[in-house]
Amino acid sequence: MLGRTLREVSAGLKQGHITPTELCQKCLSLIKKTKFLNAYITVTEEVALKQAEESDKRYAKGQSLGDLDGIPVAVKDNFSTSGIETTCASNMLRGYVPPYNATVVQKLLDQGALLMGKTNLDEFAMGSGSTDGVFGPVKNPWSYSKQYREKRKQKPQGENEDSDWLITGGSSGGSAAAVSAFTCFAALGSDTGGSTRNPAAHCGLIGLKPSYGLVSRHGLIPLVNSMDVPGILTRSVDDAAIVLAALAGHDPKDSTTIQDPVKPWMLPSLNDVSKLCIGIPKEYLVPELSGEVQSLWTKAADLFESEGAKVIEVSLPHTNYSIVCYHVLCTAEVASNMARFDGLEYGHRGDMDLSTEALYATTRREGFNDVVRGRILSGTFFLLKENYENYFLKAQKVRRLIVNDFANVFNSGVDVLLTPTTLCEAMPSLEFIKEDNRTRSAQDDVFTQAANMAGLPAISVPVGLSSKGLPIGLQLIGRAFCDQQLLTIAKWFEKQVQFPIIQFQEPMGDCSEILGNEKLASVSLKQ
Amino acid sequence: MEKFELLHNVNENGPRGGKCGHGSGGCWLFTCKIGPQGSRPITVEVIEHLERLALVDFGSRKAVAQLEKAIAFANRLHAVHTDGVEPMESVLEDRCLYLRSDDVKEGNCVEKLLQNFHRVVEEYFVALPGNISLAKLEDKEPSQGHKGSNL
Repeated sequence: MLGRTLREVSAGLKQGHITPTELCQKCLSLIKKTKFLNAYITVTEEVALKQAEESDKRYAKGQSLGDLDGIPVAVKDNFSTSGIETTCASNMLRGYVPPYNATVVQKLLDQGALLMGKTNLDEFAMGSGSTDGVFGPVKNPWSYSKQYREKRKQKPQGENEDSDWLITGGSSGGSAAAVSAFTCFAALGSDTGGSTRNPAAHCGLIGLKPSYGLVSRHGLIPLVNSMDVPGILTRSVDDAAIVLAALAGHDPKDSTTIQDPVKPWMLPSLNDVSKLCIGIPKEYLVPELSGEVQSLWTKAADLFESEGAKVIEVSLPHTNYSIVCYHVLCTAEVASNMARFDGLEYGHRGDMDLSTEALYATTRREGFNDVVRGRILSGTFFLLKENYENYFLKAQKVRRLIVNDFANVFNSGVDVLLTPTTLCEAMPSLEFIKEDNRTRSAQDDVFTQAANMAGLPAISVPVGLSSKGLPIGLQLIGRAFCDQQLLTIAKWFEKQVQFPIIQFQEPMGDCSEILGNEKLASVSLKQ
Repeated sequence: MEKFELLHNVNENGPRGGKCGHGSGGCWLFTCKIGPQGSRPITVEVIEHLERLALVDFGSRKAVAQLEKAIAFANRLHAVHTDGVEPMESVLEDRCLYLRSDDVKEGNCVEKLLQNFHRVVEEYFVALPGNISLAKLEDKEPSQGHKGSNL
């Protein structure tokens, strides 16, 4: 059961093949078995079982709340959850228990979803590896897959099998690992520069970044107010659509959510792509792009064309400057947003009794790691009176040019852009840590951050395995607020590429009895 | 617009022979050009100023070097022509922000909020004297007594 998609399991629940409590217990058991992945910071066993019990009762009466009722989900630990510790993987918020739920969490709970736990991340969502949180790094489940291990058999034995585990990507690595390891059916991440799409690509998942303004940020501990978006990680496009439908819509508590009514919708099945125009941005073909990713990108473009779509080269002339612009705006907004952490009302408080400023300084030195402090200092520099115009305002102007680039391309008839998500497949952590966080983020966000700058919806779809047996994803970027169209195209694309299911070896091999071997035929799907 | 020949025209193995070019910062995308501002080393005054404003300390020479790298990276923006371009604050600039009506809808949760506070006296957060400036870099001993506000 756990290996199924959300839609399949939901059908199974409605037909009584399994109860929410049984499903919950299986997931909890698998979470325990996969603890070494370090995907979860907090596992909310009691909460989940209680929610499952209530869901059981609803199903018994035939009164399920919808597709998400009884479905185990996980939430990144930078979303506020009432009564449940929310840490952002930082010492600054260790022990902090929010008194309210983030709107997106509340919406999931209102739909009857079961909260399995809070997932691990880079501290304050700053990073592209999920290696820089205080609770330790997250390990990519693909490190333990047959597909990867078999390719590695040629390596000399004798080295510690686990010392070369692979990163999940970041910063929503815990959410990605949780879904990829089948411990839940969907997870919330956040996406400021690619933090949902990057780990999705590295973990073989669907990673959706909705349009900015479509989903509420209330309760998402903010990084960059003008770019943050809650992200969705699932094993299929259809599942992501189900979750998005539950989350999208105006929130009076977040004035940056659009007020256009969001009608409930189901993803249509696209059979004919001949009316579509796919754009390939030429500036995304960078020397650093791995040959394998480029090859899959080419094949994907060929696929669309062979099925009748119009595939053309387009230009986004300011692409080279996008990551630089992102870097300035991101650090500036971070410097501002992190100012709220002073130790007085919540979170860590330094042991300092002399003055307010000394208390704040001690608290912040002790509470934040180097990465966070570095970004605050950079951002503060760019916001200094003498630098404000040359850096911050300059970056805001360049942002407009980048947004215009996208607008020009979409106005010329392009429906979606097809690009790589990452430069290459997931790398071993020992390799990843050779460069510092800022350098890695600048490298890894290169394809993803532009969509955040422009507020456009974007999705990473896993398309194939590398020669090492690791997932590679490609990204589709759509027009603003055309998330449904983007998902429809992504669903068609997903069906064409038939990405393989991960198969586990030791130490995850003994999970097979939990994942189950039921035949697909036993669960009928109502579309 | 041309057909997407660019992907087909490049060597199948990619410009670097199939390896992911993550090197140690030597590739063109990440090489920093020296902009008009140059890459001046950061002065002690600026370091102190930043630490005072941000109330976060550098902690090491390495952190200062990282800031210098960050600035050099940001300097690349100066190559972009932005005359006559308005700064963009939000992608939703063409829309009106939603404002709620000024009605109390929730609250009365003092107990819940107090649970997260470390030092509370009755319903007050315990803060400290606010008019003592942070110690300067050269003088690590925090000053005693009031110095007056110099904000």
